[in-house]
Amino acid sequence: MRRVAIVGVGQTKYQSRRDDCSYDELVFEAVNRAFEGVDLTIKDVQAMVFSLAPDSLSGLSNAERCCVGAIGAQDKPFMRVNTGGSTGISAVQVGFYHVASGAFDVVLVAGADRVGESGDAQTILNKMWDPYYERPLPLNAINMLALSAVRYMHKYGMTEEHMALVTVKDRRNAAKNPYAHIRKPATVEEVMASRVISWPIKLFDACPQSSGGCAIILCSEEWVRKVTARPAWIQGVGHHSETYFMGDRMGPKRINDHADAEAKGQAIRKAYRMAGIEDPRREIQVAELYAPFSNTEYHAIDAAGFFPKGESLKLMEKGFFNLDGEIPINPSGGVLCSNPIAVTAMVRVGEAALQVMGSAGERQVPGARKALATGNGGDHQFFGAVIVGSEKN
Amino acid sequence: MNSELRTMQAHWDLHYEHSIGPTASRFFNEIEANKKIMGKKCPSCDRVLLPPRSFCDRCYVETTDWVEIGGQGVIEAFTLVYQAFKGLPDPPYALAYVLLDGADTAMAGFIRGLDLSDHRQALSKINIGRRVKVAFAEERKGSVLDFWFELL
Repeated sequence: MRRVAIVGVGQTKYQSRRDDCSYDELVFEAVNRAFEGVDLTIKDVQAMVFSLAPDSLSGLSNAERCCVGAIGAQDKPFMRVNTGGSTGISAVQVGFYHVASGAFDVVLVAGADRVGESGDAQTILNKMWDPYYERPLPLNAINMLALSAVRYMHKYGMTEEHMALVTVKDRRNAAKNPYAHIRKPATVEEVMASRVISWPIKLFDACPQSSGGCAIILCSEEWVRKVTARPAWIQGVGHHSETYFMGDRMGPKRINDHADAEAKGQAIRKAYRMAGIEDPRREIQVAELYAPFSNTEYHAIDAAGFFPKGESLKLMEKGFFNLDGEIPINPSGGVLCSNPIAVTAMVRVGEAALQVMGSAGERQVPGARKALATGNGGDHQFFGAVIVGSEKN
Repeated sequence: MNSELRTMQAHWDLHYEHSIGPTASRFFNEIEANKKIMGKKCPSCDRVLLPPRSFCDRCYVETTDWVEIGGQGVIEAFTLVYQAFKGLPDPPYALAYVLLDGADTAMAGFIRGLDLSDHRQALSKINIGRRVKVAFAEERKGSVLDFWFELL
């Protein structure tokens, strides 16, 4: 496979609504931002990958259709990718293989979501559960991960205060990220006092419903030198899936445990192997881990293999994962502070790339050379991981 | 020129009649007619799958024998929901995944009979490992809502 680098990252401000633009205009805005500072134009792009999760979140069936123009794909190869919440990182991986295979030299991956326009994301997400066995109960993304939280509490001793610490850290980071949706800091007391949504998840433990777009430009090695001085090399990629039914991840005959994110760990380990990473704690300086609810940041950190499972709890208390800690997690504020679902996992890759490019502004981790990004989708079911580095591997 | 921003309303109202196949059909037929919960066994890994499926995703073979599942089990995971979601049941409600006796996978259901007016009080009564029993509705419609769990 050929070497591939990210040369451009474009983001819009994430917020509940963007009434100043239509859906395709939002995509157009993100795409144009990705070309800023890069010696490329849309004419140089040879293929496009569109990142779009369930249609009903934005209320446009097959919204990839209306965005062919906004992504500049007329007369060019174009495909849509959808793996739910992990869509964005899956789309980046499709773009990566487009270039790594030798089929294309310059590929644009882009998309947008406007979850705030319906405001009923959980009613929509309930429809992804089995229509006869599980949907009537009624499952949704919040109670799915509340069920995981309760198992994680039982297994490792997580408390609601541990969960609150994640929100406090991520909100503090988001205050430094001009693109983040929720930028207001919160205290442990405020998180604990927020209303119960699906115990143990409270309002401040939960991500917002965001609208916004993201775009990433990928180039082959020979093009990279011509177009940017600060590429983020894609050193490793991995993708892994989990069972359809959550209940299969419980009981003594389970393989994976719904408390953990073991399939995410498998995706990450695949990416580590490809990147030649043997000791992630020493070799990775920063991670953008997909964690839409505070509790899920713990099993995400566990999955990254920096420390033995469950140790993330006491290390969070000690500030290991703060912006100035040993391994900063989610310096952008993470999914907890911005969740434009179709591109949320692409934002993780984009933010990781900005870190190793040294372009992350106030949220920059000094000396970041290798960064890990992940995405989760479906019924905690599809997981992607990408390692980016300031150097080629 | 008037440049005031406009928005437009849209509404989706769709109906589906889903095919559910022979395995789920038999599962619901047994619940509706006989108040029996039936799982299906994988001939390769011997797991009894509940809800029953026509194939085992782990072994990638068709499941064979039907197995009657016990009327009690143990809570594997639970949550207490206090937030209303459009089109979903009114809160509060308790959901759990329960490993019923004789099954190897956990099945989701409501926990009924637990006072949820104060979540801290409710939490003192429910935990992972707690045993529950299955209760059936008097009038059944062939749905997962025909049965629920009650704390023992």
